[in-house]
Amino acid sequence: MLVHSRKARWAVWAVFLVLFLPLFALPLLVVLGASAATHWSGALPSGPTLDHYRAATRGEALQALTTSLVTAVAASLLALTAGTWAALAGAALTKRHRRVLDALFVLPVAVPSVVVGLAVLVAFSQPPLLLNGTRWIVITAHTVLVTAFAHQSVSAALTRLDPAYEQAAASLGARPARVLFRVRLPLLLPSLTAAAGLCFALSMGELSATMMLYPPDWTPLPVLVYAATDRGALFTGSAAAVVLMAATLLVLFAVSRVRTRASYR
Amino acid sequence: MAEAVESPRVARGWSRGSPRPFGALAWALPPVVALALFFLYPLALVVRQSFRPDTGGTSLRPYADVFASEGFRHALWTTVWLAPASTAGCLVLGFLLALVIAFVPFPGAKAVARFIDVYLSFPSFLITLALLFVYGGTGIVGSFQFLTTPWGVLLAEVTYFTPFVMRPLLAAFAQLDTAQLEAAGSLGARAPRIVRQVILPEALPALAAGGSLVLVLCLNEFGIVLFTGAKGVTTLPTLVYGKAILESDYPGACAVAVVNVLISVGLYGLYRVVSRRAGA
Repeated sequence: MLVHSRKARWAVWAVFLVLFLPLFALPLLVVLGASAATHWSGALPSGPTLDHYRAATRGEALQALTTSLVTAVAASLLALTAGTWAALAGAALTKRHRRVLDALFVLPVAVPSVVVGLAVLVAFSQPPLLLNGTRWIVITAHTVLVTAFAHQSVSAALTRLDPAYEQAAASLGARPARVLFRVRLPLLLPSLTAAAGLCFALSMGELSATMMLYPPDWTPLPVLVYAATDRGALFTGSAAAVVLMAATLLVLFAVSRVRTRASYR
Repeated sequence: MAEAVESPRVARGWSRGSPRPFGALAWALPPVVALALFFLYPLALVVRQSFRPDTGGTSLRPYADVFASEGFRHALWTTVWLAPASTAGCLVLGFLLALVIAFVPFPGAKAVARFIDVYLSFPSFLITLALLFVYGGTGIVGSFQFLTTPWGVLLAEVTYFTPFVMRPLLAAFAQLDTAQLEAAGSLGARAPRIVRQVILPEALPALAAGGSLVLVLCLNEFGIVLFTGAKGVTTLPTLVYGKAILESDYPGACAVAVVNVLISVGLYGLYRVVSRRAGA
Protein backbone atom coordinates (compact mmCIF):
# COMPACT_ATOMS: atom_id res chain seq x y z
CA MET A 1 0.00 0.00 0.00
CA LEU A 2 1.54 3.24 -1.19
CA VAL A 3 -0.78 5.77 0.43
CA HIS A 4 -1.44 5.21 4.11
CA SER A 5 -3.68 7.99 5.31
CA ARG A 6 -7.34 7.39 4.70
CA LYS A 7 -8.05 10.89 3.44
CA ALA A 8 -5.24 10.79 0.87
CA ARG A 9 -6.46 7.43 -0.36
CA TRP A 10 -9.94 8.77 -1.01
CA ALA A 11 -8.44 11.75 -2.82
CA VAL A 12 -6.40 9.43 -5.07
CA TRP A 13 -9.49 7.34 -5.83
CA ALA A 14 -11.50 10.43 -6.66
CA VAL A 15 -8.85 11.58 -9.15
CA PHE A 16 -8.82 8.09 -10.66
CA LEU A 17 -12.57 8.09 -11.16
CA VAL A 18 -12.57 11.59 -12.63
CA LEU A 19 -9.96 10.51 -15.18
CA PHE A 20 -11.18 6.98 -15.81
CA LEU A 21 -14.94 7.31 -16.14
CA PRO A 22 -15.20 10.09 -18.75
CA LEU A 23 -12.30 8.75 -20.80
CA PHE A 24 -12.99 5.02 -20.90
CA ALA A 25 -16.46 4.21 -19.64
CA LEU A 26 -18.28 7.12 -21.27
CA PRO A 27 -17.49 6.26 -24.93
CA LEU A 28 -18.82 2.74 -24.54
CA LEU A 29 -21.91 3.91 -22.66
CA VAL A 30 -22.59 6.57 -25.28
CA VAL A 31 -22.44 4.07 -28.15
CA LEU A 32 -24.60 1.61 -26.20
CA GLY A 33 -27.14 4.31 -25.37
CA ALA A 34 -27.26 5.71 -28.89
CA SER A 35 -27.78 2.27 -30.43
CA ALA A 36 -31.15 2.03 -28.67
CA ALA A 37 -32.37 5.59 -29.14
CA THR A 38 -33.90 7.76 -31.85
CA HIS A 39 -32.77 11.21 -30.67
CA TRP A 40 -29.91 12.63 -28.70
CA SER A 41 -30.30 16.35 -28.26
CA GLY A 42 -30.02 16.76 -24.49
CA ALA A 43 -27.81 15.19 -21.88
CA LEU A 44 -29.42 11.77 -22.31
CA PRO A 45 -30.64 9.84 -25.37
CA SER A 46 -34.39 9.80 -25.91
CA GLY A 47 -36.96 7.74 -27.79
CA PRO A 48 -35.99 4.18 -26.85
CA THR A 49 -36.24 1.77 -29.79
CA LEU A 50 -34.93 -1.57 -30.97
CA ASP A 51 -35.33 -0.70 -34.66
CA HIS A 52 -31.60 -0.09 -35.14
CA TYR A 53 -30.83 -3.54 -33.78
CA ARG A 54 -33.45 -5.05 -36.05
CA ALA A 55 -31.76 -3.33 -38.99
CA ALA A 56 -28.31 -4.38 -37.76
CA THR A 57 -29.13 -8.09 -37.58
CA ARG A 58 -30.71 -8.68 -40.97
CA GLY A 59 -30.07 -8.26 -44.68
CA GLU A 60 -26.97 -6.30 -45.60
CA ALA A 61 -25.76 -5.93 -42.01
CA LEU A 62 -26.12 -9.63 -41.23
CA GLN A 63 -24.16 -10.46 -44.37
CA ALA A 64 -21.46 -8.00 -43.32
CA LEU A 65 -21.25 -9.68 -39.92
CA THR A 66 -20.81 -13.11 -41.54
CA THR A 67 -18.21 -11.63 -43.86
CA SER A 68 -16.30 -10.21 -40.90
CA LEU A 69 -16.47 -13.48 -38.97
CA VAL A 70 -15.30 -15.61 -41.92
CA THR A 71 -12.50 -13.17 -42.73
CA ALA A 72 -11.33 -12.98 -39.12
CA VAL A 73 -11.36 -16.75 -38.58
CA ALA A 74 -9.53 -17.43 -41.85
CA ALA A 75 -6.97 -14.67 -41.27
CA SER A 76 -6.26 -15.68 -37.66
CA LEU A 77 -5.81 -19.36 -38.53
CA LEU A 78 -3.45 -18.53 -41.40
CA ALA A 79 -1.58 -15.95 -39.29
CA LEU A 80 -1.30 -18.33 -36.35
CA THR A 81 0.18 -21.04 -38.59
CA ALA A 82 2.70 -18.70 -40.20
CA GLY A 83 3.55 -16.88 -36.97
CA THR A 84 3.99 -20.07 -34.92
CA TRP A 85 6.08 -21.69 -37.64
CA ALA A 86 8.31 -18.61 -37.81
CA ALA A 87 8.63 -18.43 -34.02
CA LEU A 88 9.50 -22.13 -33.70
CA ALA A 89 12.00 -21.93 -36.56
CA GLY A 90 13.42 -18.73 -35.11
CA ALA A 91 14.04 -20.34 -31.72
CA ALA A 92 16.43 -22.84 -33.37
CA LEU A 93 18.43 -20.19 -35.22
CA THR A 94 21.66 -18.56 -34.13
CA LYS A 95 21.24 -15.21 -32.38
CA ARG A 96 22.15 -13.13 -35.43
CA HIS A 97 19.80 -14.97 -37.77
CA ARG A 98 17.02 -14.83 -35.22
CA ARG A 99 17.36 -11.07 -34.94
CA VAL A 100 16.90 -10.75 -38.73
CA LEU A 101 13.83 -13.00 -38.65
CA ASP A 102 12.31 -11.07 -35.74
CA ALA A 103 12.89 -7.75 -37.51
CA LEU A 104 11.27 -9.09 -40.69
CA PHE A 105 8.20 -10.28 -38.84
CA VAL A 106 7.79 -7.12 -36.74
CA LEU A 107 7.86 -4.99 -39.90
CA PRO A 108 4.11 -5.29 -40.70
CA VAL A 109 3.38 -3.60 -37.33
CA ALA A 110 5.58 -0.64 -38.15
CA VAL A 111 4.26 -0.20 -41.70
CA PRO A 112 0.92 1.68 -41.70
CA SER A 113 -1.96 -0.69 -42.41
CA VAL A 114 -3.29 1.69 -45.08
CA VAL A 115 0.01 1.18 -46.89
CA VAL A 116 -0.26 -2.59 -46.45
CA GLY A 117 -3.70 -2.32 -48.05
CA LEU A 118 -2.37 -0.20 -50.91
CA ALA A 119 0.58 -2.58 -51.44
CA VAL A 120 -1.63 -5.68 -51.54
CA LEU A 121 -4.01 -3.87 -53.89
CA VAL A 122 -1.20 -2.85 -56.25
CA ALA A 123 0.51 -6.26 -56.18
CA PHE A 124 -2.52 -8.50 -56.64
CA SER A 125 -4.36 -6.40 -59.22
CA GLN A 126 -1.87 -7.61 -61.83
CA PRO A 127 -0.59 -10.98 -63.00
CA PRO A 128 0.79 -13.44 -61.93
CA LEU A 129 -1.60 -13.48 -58.95
CA LEU A 130 -4.92 -11.74 -59.69
CA LEU A 131 -6.91 -11.46 -56.46
CA ASN A 132 -8.49 -8.03 -56.84
CA GLY A 133 -12.29 -8.17 -56.65
CA THR A 134 -12.32 -11.45 -54.71
CA ARG A 135 -12.66 -12.08 -51.00
CA TRP A 136 -9.12 -13.47 -50.95
CA ILE A 137 -7.57 -10.03 -51.26
CA VAL A 138 -9.25 -8.96 -48.00
CA ILE A 139 -8.21 -12.16 -46.23
CA THR A 140 -4.64 -11.80 -47.54
CA ALA A 141 -4.33 -8.24 -46.23
CA HIS A 142 -5.76 -9.16 -42.82
CA THR A 143 -3.42 -12.14 -42.56
CA VAL A 144 -0.36 -9.99 -43.31
CA LEU A 145 -1.46 -7.45 -40.70
CA VAL A 146 -2.07 -9.88 -37.83
CA THR A 147 0.78 -12.34 -38.47
CA ALA A 148 3.21 -9.98 -36.74
CA PHE A 149 1.16 -10.07 -33.52
CA ALA A 150 0.87 -13.88 -33.64
CA HIS A 151 4.62 -14.22 -34.15
CA GLN A 152 5.41 -11.82 -31.32
CA SER A 153 3.25 -13.47 -28.72
CA VAL A 154 4.27 -17.03 -29.64
CA SER A 155 7.99 -16.21 -29.64
CA ALA A 156 7.61 -14.45 -26.28
CA ALA A 157 5.96 -17.61 -24.91
CA LEU A 158 8.72 -19.79 -26.40
CA THR A 159 11.43 -17.98 -24.45
CA ARG A 160 9.53 -18.67 -21.22
CA LEU A 161 9.16 -22.38 -22.02
CA ASP A 162 11.17 -24.67 -19.75
CA PRO A 163 13.58 -26.58 -22.07
CA ALA A 164 13.77 -29.48 -19.58
CA TYR A 165 10.57 -31.08 -20.94
CA GLU A 166 11.68 -31.29 -24.54
CA GLN A 167 15.19 -32.34 -23.51
CA ALA A 168 13.74 -35.14 -21.39
CA ALA A 169 11.53 -36.27 -24.28
CA ALA A 170 14.43 -36.16 -26.74
CA SER A 171 16.74 -38.02 -24.35
CA LEU A 172 14.13 -40.77 -24.11
CA GLY A 173 14.41 -41.17 -27.87
CA ALA A 174 11.47 -39.14 -29.15
CA ARG A 175 11.88 -37.87 -32.69
CA PRO A 176 11.84 -34.07 -33.26
CA ALA A 177 8.36 -34.23 -34.80
CA ARG A 178 7.05 -36.16 -31.80
CA VAL A 179 8.69 -33.72 -29.39
CA LEU A 180 7.05 -30.87 -31.30
CA PHE A 181 3.53 -32.29 -31.42
CA ARG A 182 3.41 -34.08 -28.07
CA VAL A 183 5.50 -31.78 -25.86
CA ARG A 184 6.13 -28.29 -27.19
CA LEU A 185 2.81 -27.46 -28.87
CA PRO A 186 0.69 -28.72 -25.93
CA LEU A 187 2.83 -26.63 -23.57
CA LEU A 188 2.34 -23.65 -25.89
CA LEU A 189 -1.41 -24.16 -26.21
CA PRO A 190 -2.44 -21.41 -23.74
CA SER A 191 -0.31 -18.84 -25.58
CA LEU A 192 -1.53 -20.11 -28.95
CA THR A 193 -5.17 -19.59 -28.01
CA ALA A 194 -4.33 -16.17 -26.56
CA ALA A 195 -2.60 -15.25 -29.83
CA ALA A 196 -5.57 -16.56 -31.81
CA GLY A 197 -7.92 -14.37 -29.79
CA LEU A 198 -5.74 -11.31 -30.34
CA CYS A 199 -5.55 -11.94 -34.10
CA PHE A 200 -9.31 -12.48 -34.29
CA ALA A 201 -10.13 -9.25 -32.43
CA LEU A 202 -7.69 -7.23 -34.54
CA SER A 203 -9.10 -8.62 -37.77
CA MET A 204 -12.72 -8.04 -36.68
CA GLY A 205 -12.05 -4.33 -36.11
CA GLU A 206 -9.72 -3.81 -39.08
CA LEU A 207 -10.81 -0.81 -41.13
CA SER A 208 -7.82 0.90 -42.74
CA ALA A 209 -6.49 -1.79 -45.08
CA THR A 210 -10.03 -3.06 -45.74
CA MET A 211 -11.17 0.37 -46.93
CA MET A 212 -8.45 0.24 -49.58
CA LEU A 213 -9.41 -3.05 -51.18
CA TYR A 214 -12.80 -4.53 -50.23
CA PRO A 215 -14.84 -5.76 -53.21
CA PRO A 216 -18.56 -4.81 -53.23
CA ASP A 217 -19.68 -8.38 -52.47
CA TRP A 218 -17.34 -8.82 -49.49
CA THR A 219 -18.05 -5.88 -47.16
CA PRO A 220 -16.91 -6.43 -43.57
CA LEU A 221 -18.90 -4.89 -40.70
CA PRO A 222 -16.50 -2.00 -39.84
CA VAL A 223 -16.88 -0.71 -43.43
CA LEU A 224 -20.66 -0.82 -43.00
CA VAL A 225 -20.40 1.13 -39.72
CA TYR A 226 -18.31 3.74 -41.51
CA ALA A 227 -20.76 3.92 -44.44
CA ALA A 228 -23.66 4.47 -42.01
CA THR A 229 -21.79 7.15 -40.06
CA ASP A 230 -20.66 8.87 -43.23
CA ARG A 231 -24.19 9.34 -44.50
CA GLY A 232 -25.25 10.67 -41.08
CA ALA A 233 -27.03 7.56 -39.78
CA LEU A 234 -25.15 7.67 -36.47
CA PHE A 235 -27.74 5.64 -34.52
CA THR A 236 -27.82 2.78 -37.04
CA GLY A 237 -24.02 2.87 -37.12
CA SER A 238 -23.90 2.59 -33.32
CA ALA A 239 -26.16 -0.47 -33.33
CA ALA A 240 -23.94 -2.13 -35.95
CA ALA A 241 -20.88 -1.25 -33.84
CA VAL A 242 -22.49 -2.83 -30.76
CA VAL A 243 -23.20 -5.99 -32.78
CA LEU A 244 -19.54 -6.00 -33.87
CA MET A 245 -18.33 -5.66 -30.27
CA ALA A 246 -20.71 -8.32 -29.00
CA ALA A 247 -19.64 -10.81 -31.69
CA THR A 248 -15.96 -10.16 -30.94
CA LEU A 249 -16.46 -10.59 -27.20
CA LEU A 250 -18.47 -13.80 -27.64
CA VAL A 251 -15.72 -15.41 -29.72
CA LEU A 252 -13.01 -14.18 -27.33
CA PHE A 253 -14.95 -15.66 -24.42
CA ALA A 254 -15.23 -19.02 -26.22
CA VAL A 255 -11.48 -18.95 -26.98
CA SER A 256 -10.65 -18.19 -23.35
CA ARG A 257 -12.70 -21.23 -22.29
CA VAL A 258 -10.42 -23.37 -24.45
CA ARG A 259 -7.45 -21.81 -22.70
CA THR A 260 -8.63 -22.57 -19.18
CA ARG A 261 -9.51 -26.16 -20.10
CA ALA A 262 -6.07 -26.63 -21.63
CA SER A 263 -4.23 -25.30 -18.60
CA TYR A 264 -5.73 -28.00 -16.36
CA ARG A 265 -3.93 -30.71 -18.27
CA MET B 1 27.99 -33.05 -45.17
CA ALA B 2 26.07 -31.59 -48.08
CA GLU B 3 23.83 -34.63 -48.57
CA ALA B 4 23.19 -34.75 -44.83
CA VAL B 5 21.82 -31.21 -45.04
CA GLU B 6 19.56 -32.15 -47.92
CA SER B 7 18.00 -35.13 -46.18
CA PRO B 8 14.80 -34.32 -44.33
CA ARG B 9 15.73 -36.50 -41.36
CA VAL B 10 18.41 -34.05 -40.32
CA ALA B 11 15.97 -31.18 -40.23
CA ARG B 12 16.16 -30.92 -36.48
CA GLY B 13 15.51 -27.22 -36.54
CA TRP B 14 12.81 -27.53 -33.90
CA SER B 15 15.00 -28.54 -30.99
CA ARG B 16 16.69 -25.64 -29.31
CA GLY B 17 20.45 -25.24 -29.65
CA SER B 18 20.50 -27.53 -32.65
CA PRO B 19 24.05 -28.22 -33.75
CA ARG B 20 23.01 -28.09 -37.44
CA PRO B 21 22.46 -24.45 -38.38
CA PHE B 22 21.64 -25.26 -42.00
CA GLY B 23 18.70 -27.44 -41.08
CA ALA B 24 17.42 -24.66 -38.84
CA LEU B 25 17.75 -22.14 -41.67
CA ALA B 26 15.86 -24.46 -44.02
CA TRP B 27 12.98 -24.65 -41.56
CA ALA B 28 12.91 -20.86 -41.29
CA LEU B 29 12.60 -20.55 -45.06
CA PRO B 30 8.86 -21.24 -45.69
CA PRO B 31 7.48 -18.47 -43.43
CA VAL B 32 10.06 -16.03 -44.77
CA VAL B 33 9.12 -16.89 -48.37
CA ALA B 34 5.43 -16.39 -47.53
CA LEU B 35 6.18 -13.03 -45.91
CA ALA B 36 8.25 -11.99 -48.93
CA LEU B 37 5.50 -12.96 -51.37
CA PHE B 38 2.59 -11.33 -49.53
CA PHE B 39 4.29 -8.37 -47.85
CA LEU B 40 7.77 -7.47 -49.14
CA TYR B 41 7.01 -7.97 -52.85
CA PRO B 42 3.85 -5.78 -52.64
CA LEU B 43 5.85 -3.10 -50.79
CA ALA B 44 8.51 -3.20 -53.49
CA LEU B 45 5.81 -2.72 -56.12
CA VAL B 46 4.56 0.36 -54.24
CA VAL B 47 8.07 1.84 -54.34
CA ARG B 48 8.31 1.05 -58.07
CA GLN B 49 4.92 2.59 -58.81
CA SER B 50 5.90 5.77 -56.94
CA PHE B 51 8.57 6.39 -59.63
CA ARG B 52 6.18 5.83 -62.52
CA PRO B 53 3.89 8.80 -63.17
CA ASP B 54 0.74 8.30 -65.23
CA THR B 55 2.36 10.18 -68.10
CA GLY B 56 4.79 7.25 -68.54
CA GLY B 57 8.49 6.68 -68.08
CA THR B 58 10.45 6.61 -64.86
CA SER B 59 10.92 9.87 -62.99
CA LEU B 60 10.75 11.65 -59.67
CA ARG B 61 7.68 13.51 -60.89
CA PRO B 62 5.21 11.98 -58.35
CA TYR B 63 7.49 13.00 -55.47
CA ALA B 64 7.94 16.52 -56.84
CA ASP B 65 4.17 16.91 -57.24
CA VAL B 66 3.48 15.56 -53.76
CA PHE B 67 6.09 17.67 -51.99
CA ALA B 68 4.90 20.77 -53.80
CA SER B 69 1.30 20.33 -52.65
CA GLU B 70 0.04 22.26 -49.64
CA GLY B 71 -2.12 19.31 -48.56
CA PHE B 72 0.85 16.97 -48.21
CA ARG B 73 2.94 19.38 -46.13
CA HIS B 74 -0.05 19.99 -43.89
CA ALA B 75 -0.70 16.24 -43.45
CA LEU B 76 2.99 15.56 -42.79
CA TRP B 77 3.15 18.20 -40.05
CA THR B 78 -0.12 17.03 -38.45
CA THR B 79 1.07 13.40 -38.40
CA VAL B 80 4.49 14.25 -37.03
CA TRP B 81 3.31 16.34 -34.07
CA LEU B 82 0.10 14.44 -33.30
CA ALA B 83 1.73 11.03 -32.79
CA PRO B 84 4.39 12.02 -30.19
CA ALA B 85 1.86 14.25 -28.40
CA SER B 86 -0.64 11.38 -28.15
CA THR B 87 2.11 9.00 -27.02
CA ALA B 88 3.21 11.40 -24.28
CA GLY B 89 -0.38 11.78 -23.12
CA CYS B 90 -0.88 8.00 -23.07
CA LEU B 91 2.35 7.44 -21.11
CA VAL B 92 1.51 9.99 -18.41
CA LEU B 93 -2.14 8.99 -18.08
CA GLY B 94 -1.42 5.25 -18.32
CA PHE B 95 1.30 5.46 -15.66
CA LEU B 96 -0.96 7.36 -13.25
CA LEU B 97 -3.95 5.04 -13.71
CA ALA B 98 -1.85 1.85 -13.50
CA LEU B 99 -0.19 3.21 -10.36
CA VAL B 100 -3.56 3.61 -8.63
CA ILE B 101 -4.83 0.19 -9.75
CA ALA B 102 -1.67 -1.59 -8.60
CA PHE B 103 -0.63 0.26 -5.46
CA VAL B 104 -3.71 2.04 -4.09
CA PRO B 105 -6.16 -0.76 -4.87
CA PHE B 106 -9.86 -0.17 -4.31
CA PRO B 107 -12.74 -2.63 -4.32
CA GLY B 108 -13.27 -3.48 -7.99
CA ALA B 109 -9.71 -2.65 -9.11
CA LYS B 110 -9.42 -6.19 -10.52
CA ALA B 111 -12.57 -5.64 -12.56
CA VAL B 112 -11.14 -2.39 -13.92
CA ALA B 113 -7.95 -4.22 -14.95
CA ARG B 114 -10.05 -6.82 -16.76
CA PHE B 115 -12.09 -4.06 -18.40
CA ILE B 116 -8.81 -2.67 -19.79
CA ASP B 117 -8.12 -6.06 -21.42
CA VAL B 118 -11.56 -6.06 -23.04
CA TYR B 119 -11.11 -2.48 -24.17
CA LEU B 120 -8.04 -3.50 -26.19
CA SER B 121 -10.13 -5.79 -28.37
CA PHE B 122 -12.43 -3.01 -29.63
CA PRO B 123 -11.77 -1.14 -32.88
CA SER B 124 -10.43 2.40 -32.61
CA PHE B 125 -13.19 4.10 -34.60
CA LEU B 126 -15.59 3.29 -31.78
CA ILE B 127 -14.08 6.13 -29.74
CA THR B 128 -14.62 8.66 -32.51
CA LEU B 129 -18.14 7.35 -33.01
CA ALA B 130 -18.85 8.02 -29.32
CA LEU B 131 -17.21 11.45 -29.47
CA LEU B 132 -19.45 12.31 -32.43
CA PHE B 133 -22.39 12.06 -30.04
CA VAL B 134 -20.64 13.98 -27.27
CA TYR B 135 -19.20 16.84 -29.32
CA GLY B 136 -20.98 16.48 -32.66
CA GLY B 137 -23.59 18.75 -34.22
CA THR B 138 -26.50 17.97 -31.88
CA GLY B 139 -24.56 16.22 -29.16
CA ILE B 140 -24.33 16.40 -25.41
CA VAL B 141 -21.96 19.36 -25.34
CA GLY B 142 -23.68 20.95 -28.33
CA SER B 143 -22.61 22.14 -31.74
CA PHE B 144 -19.02 22.69 -30.84
CA GLN B 145 -16.65 22.06 -33.74
CA PHE B 146 -14.08 20.44 -31.47
CA LEU B 147 -13.88 17.10 -33.29
CA THR B 148 -12.89 18.64 -36.60
CA THR B 149 -9.71 20.07 -35.05
CA PRO B 150 -6.53 18.07 -34.36
CA TRP B 151 -7.33 18.36 -30.64
CA GLY B 152 -10.35 16.14 -31.09
CA VAL B 153 -8.15 13.52 -32.77
CA LEU B 154 -5.60 13.92 -29.97
CA LEU B 155 -8.29 13.27 -27.33
CA ALA B 156 -9.56 10.21 -29.20
CA GLU B 157 -6.04 8.79 -29.66
CA VAL B 158 -5.13 9.28 -25.99
CA THR B 159 -8.40 7.61 -24.97
CA TYR B 160 -7.97 4.65 -27.27
CA PHE B 161 -4.24 3.99 -26.83
CA THR B 162 -3.80 4.53 -23.06
CA PRO B 163 -4.80 0.91 -22.27
CA PHE B 164 -1.96 -0.24 -24.56
CA VAL B 165 0.43 1.40 -22.08
CA MET B 166 -1.45 0.23 -18.98
CA ARG B 167 -1.35 -3.47 -19.78
CA PRO B 168 2.45 -3.93 -19.82
CA LEU B 169 2.69 -1.57 -16.83
CA LEU B 170 0.20 -3.61 -14.77
CA ALA B 171 2.13 -6.78 -15.67
CA ALA B 172 5.39 -5.15 -14.53
CA PHE B 173 3.83 -3.83 -11.31
CA ALA B 174 2.49 -7.28 -10.48
CA GLN B 175 6.06 -8.57 -10.39
CA LEU B 176 7.35 -5.73 -8.20
CA ASP B 177 8.15 -6.87 -4.68
CA THR B 178 5.99 -4.79 -2.32
CA ALA B 179 8.59 -5.30 0.42
CA GLN B 180 10.69 -2.70 -1.41
CA LEU B 181 7.90 -0.17 -1.04
CA GLU B 182 7.40 -1.02 2.62
CA ALA B 183 11.12 -0.71 3.27
CA ALA B 184 11.30 2.67 1.54
CA GLY B 185 8.19 3.81 3.40
CA SER B 186 9.47 2.67 6.79
CA LEU B 187 12.72 4.55 6.15
CA GLY B 188 10.67 7.73 5.85
CA ALA B 189 10.24 8.12 2.07
CA ARG B 190 6.92 9.65 1.14
CA ALA B 191 4.71 8.48 -1.71
CA PRO B 192 6.04 10.81 -4.47
CA ARG B 193 9.61 9.83 -3.65
CA ILE B 194 8.78 6.10 -3.63
CA VAL B 195 7.12 6.50 -7.03
CA ARG B 196 10.10 8.37 -8.43
CA GLN B 197 12.92 6.30 -6.99
CA VAL B 198 11.51 2.79 -6.61
CA ILE B 199 8.54 2.30 -8.93
CA LEU B 200 9.57 4.40 -11.94
CA PRO B 201 12.93 2.64 -12.52
CA GLU B 202 11.16 -0.72 -12.39
CA ALA B 203 8.50 0.50 -14.81
CA LEU B 204 10.89 1.88 -17.46
CA PRO B 205 11.07 -1.26 -19.65
CA ALA B 206 7.29 -1.56 -19.69
CA LEU B 207 6.93 2.16 -20.43
CA ALA B 208 9.42 1.86 -23.28
CA ALA B 209 7.66 -1.16 -24.74
CA GLY B 210 4.19 0.34 -24.45
CA GLY B 211 5.37 3.75 -25.65
CA SER B 212 7.05 2.44 -28.80
CA LEU B 213 3.98 0.44 -29.75
CA VAL B 214 1.65 3.39 -29.14
CA LEU B 215 3.90 5.78 -31.07
CA VAL B 216 3.87 3.62 -34.18
CA LEU B 217 0.15 2.88 -33.87
CA CYS B 218 -0.58 6.61 -33.57
CA LEU B 219 1.56 7.38 -36.63
CA ASN B 220 -0.42 4.79 -38.56
CA GLU B 221 -3.88 5.50 -37.13
CA PHE B 222 -6.57 5.74 -39.77
CA GLY B 223 -9.99 4.87 -38.36
CA ILE B 224 -10.05 7.61 -35.71
CA VAL B 225 -9.17 10.32 -38.24
CA LEU B 226 -11.50 8.98 -40.92
CA PHE B 227 -14.51 8.88 -38.60
CA THR B 228 -14.19 12.53 -37.56
CA GLY B 229 -15.32 13.26 -41.10
CA ALA B 230 -13.25 16.41 -40.91
CA LYS B 231 -11.72 17.98 -43.95
CA GLY B 232 -9.52 20.01 -41.59
CA VAL B 233 -7.52 17.09 -40.21
CA THR B 234 -5.57 14.98 -42.68
CA THR B 235 -2.74 12.69 -41.68
CA LEU B 236 -0.49 10.74 -44.02
CA PRO B 237 -2.58 7.52 -43.87
CA THR B 238 -5.80 9.39 -44.73
CA LEU B 239 -3.93 11.19 -47.53
CA VAL B 240 -2.86 7.82 -48.98
CA TYR B 241 -6.48 6.68 -48.88
CA GLY B 242 -7.76 9.91 -50.42
CA LYS B 243 -5.26 9.90 -53.26
CA ALA B 244 -5.65 6.21 -54.11
CA ILE B 245 -9.38 5.60 -53.67
CA LEU B 246 -11.02 9.01 -54.05
CA GLU B 247 -8.71 10.57 -56.68
CA SER B 248 -7.36 7.34 -58.32
CA ASP B 249 -3.90 8.95 -58.34
CA TYR B 250 -1.88 5.78 -57.68
CA PRO B 251 1.65 7.15 -58.29
CA GLY B 252 0.90 10.04 -55.88
CA ALA B 253 -0.58 7.68 -53.27
CA CYS B 254 2.47 5.43 -53.55
CA ALA B 255 4.83 8.39 -53.10
CA VAL B 256 2.98 9.48 -49.93
CA ALA B 257 2.98 5.84 -48.76
CA VAL B 258 6.77 5.60 -49.19
CA VAL B 259 7.26 8.76 -47.11
CA ASN B 260 4.86 7.43 -44.47
CA VAL B 261 6.63 4.05 -44.27
CA LEU B 262 10.04 5.73 -43.97
CA ILE B 263 8.85 7.92 -41.08
CA SER B 264 7.04 5.10 -39.23
CA VAL B 265 9.74 2.46 -39.63
CA GLY B 266 12.47 5.02 -38.93
CA LEU B 267 10.88 6.31 -35.72
CA TYR B 268 10.01 2.80 -34.56
CA GLY B 269 13.56 1.58 -35.19
CA LEU B 270 15.02 4.64 -33.46
CA TYR B 271 12.77 4.14 -30.46
CA ARG B 272 13.77 0.49 -30.14
CA VAL B 273 17.48 1.31 -30.35
CA VAL B 274 17.19 4.15 -27.83
CA SER B 275 15.13 2.15 -25.35
CA ARG B 276 17.60 -0.74 -25.61
CA ARG B 277 20.48 1.67 -24.94
CA ALA B 278 18.61 3.08 -21.96
CA GLY B 279 18.73 -0.38 -20.46
CA ALA B 280 15.08 -0.97 -21.01
